[in-house]
Amino acid sequence: MATRSRTHVVVFLAPAVLVYTAVMIWPLFNTLRLALYTAGEEGRVFVGLANFATLFGDPRWSGAFWNALGNNFWFFFIHMLVQNPIGIVLAAILSHPRLRFAALYRSAIFIPTILSFVIVGFAWKLILSPIWGIAPSMLDAVGLKSLFAPWLGREGSALTTLALISVWQFVGIPMMLIYAALLSIPEEILEAGEIDGITGWAAFWRIKLPLILPSIGIISILTFVGNFNAFDLIYAAQGALAGPDFSTDILGTFLYRTFFGFQLQLGDPHMGSAIATAMFAIILAGVCVYLFAIQTRMRRYQF
Amino acid sequence: MTKKIVAGLLLSTALMSTGALAQDVTLTIESWRNDDLSIWQDQIIPAFEAANPGIKVQFTPSAPAEYNAVLNSKLDAGTAGDLITCRPFDASLALYDGGKLADLSDLAAMVNFSDVAKSAWQTDDGAHTFCVPMASVIHGFIYNKNAFAELGIEVPTTEAEFFAALDKIKEDGTYIPMAMGTNDQWEAATMGYNNIGPNYWKGEDGRLALIKGEASLTDEAWVAPYRQLAKWGAYLGDGYEAQTYPDSQNLFTLGRAAIYPAGSWEISGFNAQADFEMGAFNPPVANAGDECYISDHTDIAIGLNAASPNAEAARTFLNWVGSAEFASLYANALPGFFSLNSAPVAMQDPLAQEIVSWRDKCHSTIRSTYQILSRGTPNLETETWNASVNVIKGTETPEAAGARLQEGLASWYEPQK
Repeated sequence: MATRSRTHVVVFLAPAVLVYTAVMIWPLFNTLRLALYTAGEEGRVFVGLANFATLFGDPRWSGAFWNALGNNFWFFFIHMLVQNPIGIVLAAILSHPRLRFAALYRSAIFIPTILSFVIVGFAWKLILSPIWGIAPSMLDAVGLKSLFAPWLGREGSALTTLALISVWQFVGIPMMLIYAALLSIPEEILEAGEIDGITGWAAFWRIKLPLILPSIGIISILTFVGNFNAFDLIYAAQGALAGPDFSTDILGTFLYRTFFGFQLQLGDPHMGSAIATAMFAIILAGVCVYLFAIQTRMRRYQF
Repeated sequence: MTKKIVAGLLLSTALMSTGALAQDVTLTIESWRNDDLSIWQDQIIPAFEAANPGIKVQFTPSAPAEYNAVLNSKLDAGTAGDLITCRPFDASLALYDGGKLADLSDLAAMVNFSDVAKSAWQTDDGAHTFCVPMASVIHGFIYNKNAFAELGIEVPTTEAEFFAALDKIKEDGTYIPMAMGTNDQWEAATMGYNNIGPNYWKGEDGRLALIKGEASLTDEAWVAPYRQLAKWGAYLGDGYEAQTYPDSQNLFTLGRAAIYPAGSWEISGFNAQADFEMGAFNPPVANAGDECYISDHTDIAIGLNAASPNAEAARTFLNWVGSAEFASLYANALPGFFSLNSAPVAMQDPLAQEIVSWRDKCHSTIRSTYQILSRGTPNLETETWNASVNVIKGTETPEAAGARLQEGLASWYEPQK
């Protein structure tokens, strides 16, 4: 028995491993490798960690990097603070057995998720436009015109506005995941709780919420990875320069400008790869924290 | 059956075209101006072919955003056309340095162009020119003539008059004084800083001094344009911070704004959109009677593929592109793209005539950041966009903007260290 050949394992794994290596692992490691080179007089020159020394040591590069990273954290913070709680509340409401038209609400809230970033960015830019937008005229209709400001054009509000647009677009995802988790809670547990006198909101807080915590954890990590890889919405709404004054510049747009170049600036794939490597490290660290520190503890709640 | 017919047709076309090749030389032009396809096919190429029997010309443009990449791979593969439309400055210089573009310094038609006209397609020392200049775009201000007449405003020639006019329009309230937004950033630098700047840094003198390292971006000549821009903020429309470039164009052509800081490429679009009469004035000078300077930015040229087998015929074509005949054809087909030829060109479009007339009374220069100064990191052009926007919004003082730009430039540009 012990000597039985295991070649079939290799054969069955081979296609997936080969395809995954060709399209994911190899490009990933090649990017990491590219970050260790720079363009010299005669082609590519190995420089070790010099690109990283520039990225973190040169005040100009590091200033741009920390600005982008800080903006990224703010972008993530708004999502965690607004998108996920709203998603949970919506899911809780939708899973209420006596709610009518639940399917309609569910689709309506989920639809923006399937829209293209370009459409979302462009549509919101028009809605919020101080010149032709409907936002100023709607506020005017209720006498609150004074509250309107060109939010996307101001340093102080542009990033938050974009984060909220992204929340609007993606709130359907946590809602769907939590909704599925809520539906999977066995009726017996809730009935047992009812016998002990736990109903309504108390049932949600003390029975349902602990049981959906693993889903919330998954959503948090998906939000983290999604936000730190974000690029499209900022690029569609504010362009690669992530204006005003780099206040909406996140790691994705910073990487894009550096790697591909911008206007008269020629692209620098080596510095770009260094930024991509830093992004990879940040996301990897975040995922590790979740996997080892949070998820291992979460299992205790499961039955 | 059908297959046979198709094969037969293909064969006969192939035979016919080889037959044509045997007699004529066919030149192919690479270009990003796919908007101009019909102008080339209906006007420019027939005029050339009529004058030069035996040479056929094909215009084969690709999409503007892809042009540089497509051209580079075609040149590397040896499949590029004989004639290459040249982007200004470093993109074309890199092609010349890489041996892809032929040296055209000895082309007869080159005498028809001034040094400024050729500067975008020369080596840094000016010794070799590798593309024949075709057209430039001029900056200035386009205004709504009805609005000016209604409010009794004269066309301003000095800065004091300019701001008095803006005040008057603002006070009246019917029109937004000036249509420009800061959302897209480049408008503030291209239509703002580089539009009004040449009057302060005295055009080419200041620009070349900066390249040589004799001037600094903290000098009064380079900070003063920011000081003027800082005053613009008050005259832009409500919410200009989020106003995009198409917003600005629409505000002006819908007649809601009185003045538009412009590039001449707007002319055809504005002629089609606006139903009021438009005029133009060059950037106002500090004091009455001062010499005026304009940004007359070299934008498009045409060069010879170094690997072209038809170099002789291509040179004939390039000489023709350098002639007054071509200049007149091109400038009239595309109002707003002005010929760089020294020979005067008669244009039909009144707005284009008005703008090009500034060349007679003012000195021409190109955008200050385009030659050499935007080769490094941080990129001076991009930084200028950012600084112009900050200054208009008042989030950075003109002096601080100048100091920041100078520091960035000095960090990599040897003569400025």
